[in-house]
Amino acid sequence: MAVISRPSGKVFALKDNKSLFPYLLLAPGLLWLFMFFILPIANLAQMSTKTNSGETGQFEQTYRFANFFDSFMDASGQFARSFLYATLATLIALAIAYPLAYAIAFKSGKWKNVLLVLVIAPFFVSFLLRTIAWKQILGEEGPVTAILRTLHIISPQTTLTSSAFAVVTGLAYNFLPFMTLPIYASLERIDPRTLEASGDLYANGFTTFRKVTLPLSMPGVVAGTLLTFIPAAGDYINANILGNPNTKMLGNVIEARFFKIVDYPTAAALSFTLMAAILILVTFYIRKAGTEELV
Amino acid sequence: MKRLTRWFSKNLIRIYAGLAFIYLFIPVLYTFIYSFNDSGKTNLIWKGFTFEKWSNPCGAPDICSALGNSFLIGFTSTFVSTVLGTLIAFALGRYKFRGRSTTNLLIFLPMATPEIVLGASLLTMFINFGFNTSLLTAIIAHVMFCISFVVVTVKARIASLDPRLEQAAMDLYANEWQTFRRVTFPLVLPGVAAAALLAFSLSFDDFIITNFTAGTVNTFPKFVYVAAGRGIPAQANVIGSAMFIIAVTVVILGQVLGNKRKSKVS
Repeated sequence: MAVISRPSGKVFALKDNKSLFPYLLLAPGLLWLFMFFILPIANLAQMSTKTNSGETGQFEQTYRFANFFDSFMDASGQFARSFLYATLATLIALAIAYPLAYAIAFKSGKWKNVLLVLVIAPFFVSFLLRTIAWKQILGEEGPVTAILRTLHIISPQTTLTSSAFAVVTGLAYNFLPFMTLPIYASLERIDPRTLEASGDLYANGFTTFRKVTLPLSMPGVVAGTLLTFIPAAGDYINANILGNPNTKMLGNVIEARFFKIVDYPTAAALSFTLMAAILILVTFYIRKAGTEELV
Repeated sequence: MKRLTRWFSKNLIRIYAGLAFIYLFIPVLYTFIYSFNDSGKTNLIWKGFTFEKWSNPCGAPDICSALGNSFLIGFTSTFVSTVLGTLIAFALGRYKFRGRSTTNLLIFLPMATPEIVLGASLLTMFINFGFNTSLLTAIIAHVMFCISFVVVTVKARIASLDPRLEQAAMDLYANEWQTFRRVTFPLVLPGVAAAALLAFSLSFDDFIITNFTAGTVNTFPKFVYVAAGRGIPAQANVIGSAMFIIAVTVVILGQVLGNKRKSKVS
């Protein structure tokens, strides 16, 4: 799954077709996205300024923009936590995924494709099952706690589950393939001759990496961090299974307001705030990282 | 000792990658091991080895109907999203047209939106229109979030094609349609297959959006999530492990067959 398209190649094969044909190709898919992505977001916007009309599940349009402010103040703790956990998980995933992608791209020889399959293979075991497995692995009876206790790294009273540590571990784990694949894709595209040229110009291995490989792989790093950060910031499963009441994230609040409290307007307002915050961050990040070609 | 250090530093990156793979597979291994657990209702503590759950994977109530729904949603939405996404990818990869950047943005946005927002917005719309959430609304939602991933995957494949191959076909008097059918499409097909595989795995494993859009329809992830509260039957581990084994076998078989065909051609 390459998220970044190849900069060359694209330029010279494009047909300058004045006919309607490309639009015919686009129409069905874009219509679907319009009806089931744009239109729902518009509905969400409309819902976000409604107020409860007394009866459960009945809402009136009152253009109450204070919903945004009120819900944000109520959930500001969870909001900050979502972004903190997602940032930590993204950094951990990057630290694990970059060397992994590097090894697959440059050191795996004929095993390359098999290793790539192995990166996405855990997807096929439901992510819920794997998250629950983490709960067991980090749990009281699990090996990690036992090892850390025997080595006196943690005290006998410390537990690893139901903690922020477990939630961040779970997030980093769950989205690791989304980090690895784009980085791999951008590393794999590097022309080996540029690396040879760097060596010919007396750069040592580390300098070559720092001056050639790393900059050329930046598009993959940007795509990977986005594909990890965005779902992690909106996640509530890891916080539910691996966390405790003090590790609840924004997703937990939105979910509870939708299904338990049946307060759609503030849930919608919070969803909107989350989406806006993410889009602003993403725009800044892409500007800063200097890659426009993201799709 | 010196040789050992040298070997170590030379293979540092491989060792690191090995550790990363161990990290990736520990939970998978755990799920697999506990599928043999002779457990009762909950499957948290090891009680002894048994094949019983593997011989009776549908033994837990509702598990197989939930699995059936997951397959139904997965196959339908994979098919629809692969067709729609591939068409878009061809338009983007092969033609210049007005509205290109808007199209690119529309493809990118669903991927940049957290699942909970996608699910919440769809549910809001279905409620506003008085549409009951069911299997159909779940499929609609899954197609929506799979399209972007299909477009991106197929587009990357189209962009990596050598344009000289198509030029050669044209030089040999193939018309545009023949070139597409005999040259372009077969070359893009592996990308389409990869996209379909990705779409299916995203759909099959989705919980958040399904939870918002499937109403009372149960899927395998929903079953696991609900069961997590009162203890997951070991049959869930059996199904998870079996899916893993089947998927890996299919992909590796495809790889081996593909390699064989490639070596025959060359």
